[in-house]
Amino acid sequence: MPLPLSIYIIASVIKSVIVLFVLLTAVAYSVWLERKVVGHMQNRWGPTRVGPFGLLQPAADGLKFLFKEDLTPPHVYKPLFLAAPMMAVIFALTSIAVIPFGNSFTFGPVTVPQFLPFHFEMPFHWGGTVIGPYSIPFQVTDVNIGLLLILGVTSLGVYGVALAGWSSNNKYSLLGGLRASAQMISYEIALGLSLVGVLIQSGTFSLRDIVNAQGGRFLYVIPRWNIFHGQFVGFFIYLMAAYAETNRIPFDLPEAETELVAGYHTEYSSMKFAMFFMAEYANMITVGCLATLLFFGGWNGPLAGPPLVRALLPPLWFCAKVFCFLFLYIWVRGTLPRFRYDQLMSFGWKFLLPLAIANLVATAIAVAW
Amino acid sequence: MSFHLILFLAFGAVCVGGAVNLLAQRHPINSALSLIAVMGALAGEYLLLGAEFVAAVQVIVYAGAIMVLFVFVIMLLNAGEEEETKGSRVAIVLGVPGILIASVLVAWVVLRRSGTGDVALGALPGYPREIAQLLFHDFLLPFEVTSILILIAIMGAVVLASKPEPPAGKVE
Repeated sequence: MPLPLSIYIIASVIKSVIVLFVLLTAVAYSVWLERKVVGHMQNRWGPTRVGPFGLLQPAADGLKFLFKEDLTPPHVYKPLFLAAPMMAVIFALTSIAVIPFGNSFTFGPVTVPQFLPFHFEMPFHWGGTVIGPYSIPFQVTDVNIGLLLILGVTSLGVYGVALAGWSSNNKYSLLGGLRASAQMISYEIALGLSLVGVLIQSGTFSLRDIVNAQGGRFLYVIPRWNIFHGQFVGFFIYLMAAYAETNRIPFDLPEAETELVAGYHTEYSSMKFAMFFMAEYANMITVGCLATLLFFGGWNGPLAGPPLVRALLPPLWFCAKVFCFLFLYIWVRGTLPRFRYDQLMSFGWKFLLPLAIANLVATAIAVAW
Repeated sequence: MSFHLILFLAFGAVCVGGAVNLLAQRHPINSALSLIAVMGALAGEYLLLGAEFVAAVQVIVYAGAIMVLFVFVIMLLNAGEEEETKGSRVAIVLGVPGILIASVLVAWVVLRRSGTGDVALGALPGYPREIAQLLFHDFLLPFEVTSILILIAIMGAVVLASKPEPPAGKVE
């Protein structure tokens, strides 16, 4: 049955709330994970004091951020100084809306009790009637240009960083903001081109269809994920470009402490600083989700057990794969030093971009042939 | 009035408001940000017309790439507030009515030629496949000619921007 508008709106609101809650919790705990893992890599303990294994540390951090004094330096350009962290967070959280976490689940048939008032646009007038079954996708909205939407929203994310740097009226912030925007524009090209190979193979922009095209196996063992299906180079380019896009080590030049104090967020304190922090980790999670969907088969994975377990396994596979990406991010942070800025630029333009174009041409020839 | 029409008018209002604000603001960065709002609202209009692909491209290319470069240049040059000048009398006497007459004329011609019929959502090409069919099959030659034109423009920009080579034999 097609979804009536009322059910659609209710389902969307519920899904948005759940996804936002899960995402924000994941953001908080990836900070904890980073501190813990980097700590162990450097032969330290990381957070241990608040709760068992320091698990309540994110809550303590959040409270601290909320109660810190919120300073606004006197010479900033106030409207944009306030708007920049909001922009960063909004664009970082928006792109999660089109990411599918699993297959559609079926709702109903359900008998509606008498008291529910949502009778408009329904195939019945008052309660007591059976509605459904409706198929509800396991994502906030299912759009057929999902991938383009993510690219569009992430390309807007640069405004938060750039405007924060400019409006702070501080040379270090300005340099950080300029670096960030130059870096993000440069690596966006390689990032976009690295995804075109996947698009050619699957022939659609819909993330759901891209994942469904990766079901099945080669030779009964190797899963038919795009990374094993000719897109290994594409994945490599995506990974490099994604690190630069999210301003993470080894490409975290916009906030290089040794040169720029703290880069674009030097003048920010309290919750405004925390918003940049949240945006960075939310972007990391989005990048991990996208890599999982495009190169690692999304929610595809071995299924076994009773029907309930079978229904819950795909989102779990998805989360496990995203977790691996987050761990990789942290691992790289604990391992690699920071690049120099000219190295960063020449790596992006002279190595990644030609490689991405070569990968694109090779994929196109292989698919056409 | 349907929900769809209300949204369409709202995005239209944001578009026009942003465009007016673009002219009214004195600081270049505020003008650039208003232009971004106009681009975003236009993308919303495309989305409401069923052209999802064009909407996404509008955001990625205009709001996400071109306007970032605008903002980047404004930040790099540290362009300050413009000085306020007295508007010229010619602009007020001739310009404002002239613009009004011109826009009414354009609207009238367009309405005369195509009328205000209803078009169902999805009746016009909006999906990537249909647009690709138009661009790379039906109108391939104009498309390629345009791309060569853009290539020439890029090469011209590179030539203009590059520093002249130092005279031979002189090492600094």
